[in-house]
Amino acid sequence: MTISEMSFFQRMGYIFQKYSLSLAKGAATTMVIALVCTALGCVIGFAVGIVQTLEPKKKAGPMSRALLKIVKVILTVYVEVFRGTPMMLQAAFIYYGASQLFGINMGMWSAAILIVSVNTGAYMAETVRGGILSVDPGQSEGARSIGMNHFQTMLYVILPQALRNIMPQIGNNLIINIKDTCVLSIIGTVELFFTFKSISGALYTYFEAATVTMIIYFVLTFSCSRILRVVEKRMDGPENFDLASNDTLAFTSGLQHYDAKTGRVL
Amino acid sequence: MAGEILCVRHLSKSFGNNLVLKDIDFQVMQADVTSIIGSSGSGKSTLLRCINLLEDPSSGSILFHGKNILDGGVDEDAYRTKVGMVFQSFNLFSNLSVLDNCVIGQVKVLRKNKASARKSAVSYLDKVGMAAYINAKPRQLSGGQKQRVAIARALAMQPEVLLFDEPTSALDPEMVGEVLDVMKVLAHEGMTMLVVTHEMNFARDISTRVVYMADGKIEEQGSPEEIFKDPKSPRTKDFLSRFNAT
Repeated sequence: MTISEMSFFQRMGYIFQKYSLSLAKGAATTMVIALVCTALGCVIGFAVGIVQTLEPKKKAGPMSRALLKIVKVILTVYVEVFRGTPMMLQAAFIYYGASQLFGINMGMWSAAILIVSVNTGAYMAETVRGGILSVDPGQSEGARSIGMNHFQTMLYVILPQALRNIMPQIGNNLIINIKDTCVLSIIGTVELFFTFKSISGALYTYFEAATVTMIIYFVLTFSCSRILRVVEKRMDGPENFDLASNDTLAFTSGLQHYDAKTGRVL
Repeated sequence: MAGEILCVRHLSKSFGNNLVLKDIDFQVMQADVTSIIGSSGSGKSTLLRCINLLEDPSSGSILFHGKNILDGGVDEDAYRTKVGMVFQSFNLFSNLSVLDNCVIGQVKVLRKNKASARKSAVSYLDKVGMAAYINAKPRQLSGGQKQRVAIARALAMQPEVLLFDEPTSALDPEMVGEVLDVMKVLAHEGMTMLVVTHEMNFARDISTRVVYMADGKIEEQGSPEEIFKDPKSPRTKDFLSRFNAT
């Protein structure tokens, strides 16, 4: 049976069978780039976001004030440029620019990871800034009042809360990255979208190949979003807590644990 | 009474053109329980926040054991460990458990080891009646419980002075009682306390000194008897008449 004689589902099955290896490779490439770049983007985003929320110290001299101001301006330019231009063009600009201007021939992987993480970092910087600002100022006052310095306040009190607040946004970025790595096909990265183009070009079955690829993309993004939900739940900790007591006679009623599911007192 | 701990001299604070503290002068001796009373907006909280350097005073000086902490050469963070603060809105670290709220400062700021920090945290939580709740997160507690944990957190740093910024204003009447009880115990144990409060009974019965503020100035200060029984200033009389009437 030739391709042209097959039904829609037979063609999909054929693509799955014949190209399973390239599809798996493409999906793996996509996932690796998305995961690594979201992680790197978070690191960049936290660094930039933290610097942007820095206030000069009360006793700081004009030099350090000016320095902080200059750094902040540079970071703002970075954020605005990378948020404000298409990633596809950024990929072309950096990849071809590097080889044309500096004679550097970036490998496919390094170029892909550099572009996506720098792009994600620009978005994450704003997310982190928002996450830090969303933490109640009272939290930082509480920390300062027991003698924590700025660094300790950020590390132990503000950032853990900011991270929790921006987890949904990090998940968003991961999912966007899984899909948006497809623009890297412009610099020849063999990821899932590139695989789709090869298959459809070889078989002239655009509809079926697109359907197959979409299913794979959806499975990837949906699993990620479910996993991230579980991670968020973990971060929130248990909803219940047990009363602690050394005195076995005290609070015995309060120490019992009611299981809402079974309705039993444990 | 032993020596002077805090001395505020000619302290002024303005927000823009708005002068909220005008030439404040008073001192806190060892084991004093000073209540700062006055109507809302009279600058009580701002004064307390200035003393803990959460606000920058515009002028004047704050002497801690005779040393001006506004000089610039003083380590603000080290000073704050000695001057604890309890807030109206509790400000417990919501990412940490009750126990960790009382441990983290001891470990990270005072550099105590974890085991001894936990031990002293539990003993302070026991003192405020919250030792059974060490595993709870702040969001799982009632307001009164949160405030008692906040007091334990401040005590765990073993401060020389404890500042209270309207500690019971966000609580319902029943919870006010449980927090005031803890504060009474501390007062009897000789803790030096500076309390901004609207609880006139506390100011009259527990404190050793009362400061009445109006319009950013200290209108009158003295012992509770002097202020409550025989106020000199007409404004103090007027303010307290509303309390005495009830």
